[in-house]
Amino acid sequence: MLAGETAAAGKAAAYEEIATLRERNALALKEAKESGVKVVGTYCLYSPTELIVAAGAVPVSLCGTSQNPIAAAEKVLPRSLCPLIKSSYGFALTDTCPFFHFSDLLLAETTCDGKKKMYELLGELKPLHLMQLPQIQDEAALDYWMVELKRLVARLQEEFGVEITAEGLTSAINLVNEERRSLKALQDVCKLRPAPISGSDLLAVLHNRGFCIDKRQAIELLDRLTAELVERAESGVSPFHERTPRVLLTGVPVGLGSDKVVRLVEESGGCVVCFESCGGYKKVDPVEVTGDPLRAIAEKYLRIPCSCMSPNQGRLQLLDTLVREFQVDGVIDLTWQGCHTYNVESYQVKTHLQREDQIPFLQIETDYSESDTEQLKVRIEAFLEMIGRRRKMPENALP
Amino acid sequence: MLAAGIDIGSTGTKAVLFDGEVRGVSVVPTGWDPKGAGLSALRQALDCAGVPESALNCIVGTGYGRVSLPIFDRKVTEITCHARGAYHLFPDTGTLLDIGGQDCKVISLDAHGGVVDFVMNDKCAAGTGRFLQVMAGVLEVTLEEMGLLAVGAEPAPISSMCTVFAESEIVGLLAQGVAKGSIAAGIFEAISRRMQGLAGKVRISSTVTFSGGVALNPQICRVIGAGLGVEMRVPAAPQFVGALGAALIGFEGDAAC
Ligand code: SF4
Ligand code: SF4
Repeated sequence: MLAGETAAAGKAAAYEEIATLRERNALALKEAKESGVKVVGTYCLYSPTELIVAAGAVPVSLCGTSQNPIAAAEKVLPRSLCPLIKSSYGFALTDTCPFFHFSDLLLAETTCDGKKKMYELLGELKPLHLMQLPQIQDEAALDYWMVELKRLVARLQEEFGVEITAEGLTSAINLVNEERRSLKALQDVCKLRPAPISGSDLLAVLHNRGFCIDKRQAIELLDRLTAELVERAESGVSPFHERTPRVLLTGVPVGLGSDKVVRLVEESGGCVVCFESCGGYKKVDPVEVTGDPLRAIAEKYLRIPCSCMSPNQGRLQLLDTLVREFQVDGVIDLTWQGCHTYNVESYQVKTHLQREDQIPFLQIETDYSESDTEQLKVRIEAFLEMIGRRRKMPENALP
Repeated sequence: MLAAGIDIGSTGTKAVLFDGEVRGVSVVPTGWDPKGAGLSALRQALDCAGVPESALNCIVGTGYGRVSLPIFDRKVTEITCHARGAYHLFPDTGTLLDIGGQDCKVISLDAHGGVVDFVMNDKCAAGTGRFLQVMAGVLEVTLEEMGLLAVGAEPAPISSMCTVFAESEIVGLLAQGVAKGSIAAGIFEAISRRMQGLAGKVRISSTVTFSGGVALNPQICRVIGAGLGVEMRVPAAPQFVGALGAALIGFEGDAAC
């Protein structure tokens, strides 16, 4: 079998380099700190990276994806809370994440209720700036959000003794847009059939590149990986078959440590070709480069289609596009236990996808622990069997 | 072409031999040894059919223990197998309810017996065979007796679906002197509510088939059917539907699923 041989051919060279970014950059961050660089830790896609960059500081993502610190967090937080919130807080409480440790300022937004209240506790551990995020995506909300961005500008200037200029903002926009371009190009290689990289590996790259403190270096690395993958695809190298069921994963943020569903899908014979979530495709939408740069930033961040927004029509539109462009055979909606916004929204997503795209849909509600792995396997395998059968049936035989 | 389907469930292991019609069946308790249960179920089914093992062309495994037997030519999930089995018995099945030892599922089928959607209970045993067994144990009756007791009784209110809490709720009701029949009826009502909750998440057709060992109890079938507002059809041997489906998938080769 071609696929078997090619999997043994190993991974792209750039992949190996990215796989170790977290460790290497923890050291780089320490050195940078010693030379006076400021670090801003963020937890959410709504954090306007451009402002941090324009303030000459380094943005790092602190969103918790590991089960390890959860037990410590549960001494303070309710057990029934979303694992992502508990993990994030647990890292802070136990001071086991170097990126948290080196952060000078935490940047937080009022998104879901759990996160919002957790931030109040987090603010007792480190300086924290909270942005009041509106929950609707209209003009009035945009004006309000502009005020919040200006408040952040003031805080960063004051905190780090710098001035954020229009030129600084424009060049930050260009840099972060460039990063988005490279992230999009990388994910788009999975539009090819079969995809030249597994969803697990793609997730590892998306997760790890967030720990690169030098954005230009990260962009260069990603572009190198993309080029290698395109080359592999051209010479027919892939871990999958042409007929491997293609799955789109939507829902809550996933990262290394919270990737069991991705792993189970691929162990059961499917492949995850697209991540609609925060670390994946939600992230690639660029900032407009015309007009007032601050306004353009505000617009971009406000239109993020997160379930914290009400209504959240944008997610359904994004899903329609991705289902088509990535030619997926099924959609899995991942929700964390205790995440009310994504859990409730799942019903709308299901109804919409089944009506508009006629696409098989499976919701999975779980947490970071391995306790339900066997049950999840049954669901996921049955879902892949369902997709496989559907693909074998002639079109007109479908209901 | 002789195919075997073996369904290694959490409580019972079932085997069905099929060669165009059912040749042999068997059921053994799974116990702590799913592998041994699978092998002895197969042996007994072969004995029942009076054919040697060498006559088998294909063995398909399903159920939670399917991973533990190396003899399977194919492993297929119980969701696909139950759908296939139910479609064979009642070709117009649009929805299938299955209550097994540790789980309950609602499966939506297309006109060809394929799965189009399904929901399953999560970690907790609410609404499963296990739940019923524990409750029968508290009442000190068998499941069949519990069914008979419940006929015509006014259901006592049982609000908890968690096995542990429901147990203490029932102990409390017994202490208050509430009749066992009312409690039994209340337990069935609770299961029915649970199934309604699950069923609300997939489209329910007018032709609902009920599989799994729990379906052997006519009173439970009536209560769940009434709760869903549908007429339920129960196969003669509902606990074999998954194994039958597995055998059919083996019999039909790749084309079936
Ligand atoms: S899911 Fe929403 S709240 Fe959570 S990180 Fe993403 S944008 Fe932020
Ligand atoms: S996954 Fe849900 S509950 Fe958890 S932080 Fe994100 S929005 Fe909040």
